[in-house]
Amino acid sequence: MPQDEQTPSRLTCTRRALLTSAGAMSIASVLAPLASATPEDADQAIRDIFGDRPINEGKVTVTLPPIAENGNSVPIGITVDSPMTDDDFVKQIVVLSPRNPIATIARFRLGPDAGRADISTRVRMAGTQTLRVVAEMSDGTLWAGTGSTYVTLAACVIG
Amino acid sequence: MIRISAPETAFEGEVIELKVMIQHPMETGYRRDSKGEIIPRDIIKHFRCTYDGNVIFEGEFFPGVAANPFLTFHARASQTGPLEFSWTDQHGETWTEQRLLTVS
Repeated sequence: MPQDEQTPSRLTCTRRALLTSAGAMSIASVLAPLASATPEDADQAIRDIFGDRPINEGKVTVTLPPIAENGNSVPIGITVDSPMTDDDFVKQIVVLSPRNPIATIARFRLGPDAGRADISTRVRMAGTQTLRVVAEMSDGTLWAGTGSTYVTLAACVIG
Repeated sequence: MIRISAPETAFEGEVIELKVMIQHPMETGYRRDSKGEIIPRDIIKHFRCTYDGNVIFEGEFFPGVAANPFLTFHARASQTGPLEFSWTDQHGETWTEQRLLTVS
C-alpha cells in the first residue's frame, strides 16, 4: 500500500519543517532585543521615513568637531551638493544617530527658494558616534553622508 | 528670547544667510531631577521660515536637538517682502518674529 508508506514520511517532513521554523523564530526573538539601541535603529528610522529606496553615498558633507567635550551641544554643519534650481533641489535632510535614545535628531525641509543647501544647528550626542545624514533630492534620489565626533562627556549624564 | 540675524537689504538673486535662535530648555524627558523623578519632556517641535508668504525652510525637532535650538540656513532674495520665523512647541504654543527684507 503506497499510501501507508507515504503518510508517515509526510508527517515527519511537516514536523521537521515546523521544528526548524520554530527554532529560527526563537533565535530571531532572542536577537531582536540585542539589536535595539544600535545602528539598526538608525536604519529602521531611515526605512520608516524613506521606505526601502536605495541610498547613494556622496553629495552630503557633514561637518562635526573631532572632539566634543560636552555632548549636550555639538555644532553640526550639513552641506548638500545641489544646484538648488526650480527643477533640481534638495527636498529634505534628515539627521540620524545610532546611539541616542531616539534615532531621528531632526528633519529639515527645503525648497528651491533656499538658494543653497547649507544648514547648521546644534545637536545632543549620547556618546562617541557617527551621525548619518540622509538627503532627499527633488527627483526622489537619496544621498547620505556621515560625520563622527569623539564625545568626552555624553549628553543626559549631566544637566 | 529670540535672536535673529538676517540682512535688511539684498540684491535680487543674492543668496542670504539667516541665523535664528530661540531660548528654550529642550527638555529631553530622559533627565531626572534631584529627587530622582523624571523631568517631563518639553521641546520645540517645529520651526518654519516663510519669505513673502512662501515656506522656504522648515525644521522638525526631536529631543536630540540641543537646548536653545539654533539654526543657520539660506534664502534666495527675489523681491522685497517680510521674512517670518515661527517656532511651535509640543503643546502648540507658537512664537513668531518678522523681519523685512528690502531687495534692490
